[in-house]
Formats: sequence, C-alpha cells, structure tokens
Amino acid sequence: MSTIIWIIFVAAIMTFLTRVGGHLVLSRFERIHYRVEAGLNAVPAAVLTTLVAPPAFTNGWQEFATLLFSGLIATRFSMMPMFFAGAAFIILLRHFFPI
Amino acid sequence: MDQAVSAETARQPRDDFWEGFRKGLPIMVASAPFGLLFGAVAIDNGFTVFEAVLMSATLYAGASQMVGLELFGQKIAPWLIVLSIFAVNFRHVLYSASVGRRIRHFTFWQKVVSFFLLVDPQYAETERRSEAGLPVSFAWYLGLATPVYVMWVSESFIGGMFGNLISNPHALGLDVLLPIYFLGLVMGFRSRPKWLPVVIASGLASVIAYQTIGSPWHVSIGAIAGVLVAAILAKPVNSEEN
Repeated sequence: MSTIIWIIFVAAIMTFLTRVGGHLVLSRFERIHYRVEAGLNAVPAAVLTTLVAPPAFTNGWQEFATLLFSGLIATRFSMMPMFFAGAAFIILLRHFFPI
Repeated sequence: MDQAVSAETARQPRDDFWEGFRKGLPIMVASAPFGLLFGAVAIDNGFTVFEAVLMSATLYAGASQMVGLELFGQKIAPWLIVLSIFAVNFRHVLYSASVGRRIRHFTFWQKVVSFFLLVDPQYAETERRSEAGLPVSFAWYLGLATPVYVMWVSESFIGGMFGNLISNPHALGLDVLLPIYFLGLVMGFRSRPKWLPVVIASGLASVIAYQTIGSPWHVSIGAIAGVLVAAILAKPVNSEEN
C-alpha cells in the first residue's frame, strides 16, 4: 500500500477518535479547567493560522496581496464570496504580473 | 429531557428523515465548491482520484483533508501529517461531548454512525434542533447528513477528474487557494474570545519557525504558541477557581 493510503487510514481512525472521544472522555468530567477549555477552543484558529502566515509572508508580493485582500473581504462577506474573490485576485495578479 | 423518546412513537422515521434532508441541502450547496477543490488540489499534490475519494469517504472532515493535502505536497513526514490532521479535528472533541448528550437514546451502532458523521454543520444543526425542544431522532440525524456526505464524496471524484485536466495549476493559483480557504476558516473564528492574540501568536511563531527551524515544524510550533496564549489569557468563567 502507498504512503498516502496509510496516512488516510490512520488519519481516518484519529478523526473518528476525536468524534467519539469527547463523548467517552470529556463528558465524564464534571467540569473542565477554564485554561484547558480556552486552549482547546483556540486549537483550530491556532493550527490554521500556521498554514496561512508562512505562505503570506515568505512568498512573492502577489501571494501577500491576495491573502491581505481575502482577509479584508472576510470581514464583510461570508466564506464563499471571500474565497472566489481571493481566487480571482491571484489569477489576475499572476496573469498580469507573471514571475 | 425524555422528549425525544416520547416523540419517537408518534413520528414517522420517514418524515424525520426528509425533514433532516431538507436541512442538509443548503449545507450541501455551501460545501460543494470545497469538495470540488479538494478533489482538484489532491490530484495536483500527487494523489490519485481513488485516494482522494477514499480520504473524503473515511475522514469526512473538509478542513483537515485540505491540511493533509497541503502538508503532503510539502513532502512532510507522514506522522506529522497525521498529527496535524488530528490537531485540526481536535475541536470535534467538544462537539462530541455536547452532541453525546443529545443522542443518548440512540442504539450503540446508531451512535457509532452519528459520531462518524459529526462535522461542524451537523453539530450546529443538532444543537439548534435540540435547544428548540424538537426531538433528535436517528432518522432526522441521518437525513441531515445524507446529502452532505454523499455530495462530499462525489465531489472529490468529480474534482479529481477535473484536476487531471488542469495543465497549468500555477496560473489558476491552485497553490494559493488552500491558504485562502484556511484564512476564511480563521476569520470565521474571529468572534471567539482572545482570537486576535491567538492568531498573532500563531502567525508570528509559525513564520519564525518556518524561516529558522524549517518546514514541518512551523505547524506544531505555531499552534502551540497560539494555544498557550489562549490558556494564559483565559479568565475563569465565574469567580470561584476550579
């Protein structure tokens, strides 16, 4: 089996564990320490930011401009228009300012 | 509390299923572009169409699947890819603890299926229905999940076939689409407490780690920085310490 298949199977099991784990483990505690809960709440934003910041700041100005533009759009519009606006922006920039 | 049990006898499972199904349709439409994108980017990052479909069918977790693709494209060690997927999906622990109380009356296997299908909108709709005092039956839950799941898996296939046809992914900005998508998710969390300090800490730490230590580690280091900031800045909900 290829590496990808292995990654998929292990990741699928881990994902399922997160989906039953809360019910099986977290619900046994009467209450969760507020710092632990705040930390858990911050996990998605913290992880996803690490996948945005390096591409934004370590590539060309086109990528930086696109993500800045997309971030501004996101403050006014929902995910879908923001995503398409950002995609159109990078396609236009790369078309008119090829590297 | 036993509203769901008493209502189950009066309600037809078929009606419940279609009621849930109708709720699932807008979720299905909203996730459609990302399902297609997943398929197309998967091919661009070295997956086969079969692998893309398999991942959607077994993980069924959009954001983390994209994270997996992004890291696989960067030739990162497999265990770190799995760890990053796990980290992105860790929020499900909170959903699971909460939804578990709403579906106490399900059988064992119904619970297994339900937890497998517990994606963000599924969680949101189940909580909303339960808080409105309406019964959460397995038929309703399955009805809600069916259009979303079936389309998510189909779109990976369609997107994958389409991805095979793209000759110049750079011109289409395929490599930037995932960061845009992740940014959209990050912005979606901005009403959460201490969001800005968390994002600044993660962003700064990840860029520094990316420049100094190197590629795979910027994800874990950046994430830990953000989580620590959130924990340090957290205030007790009520005056008593626990």
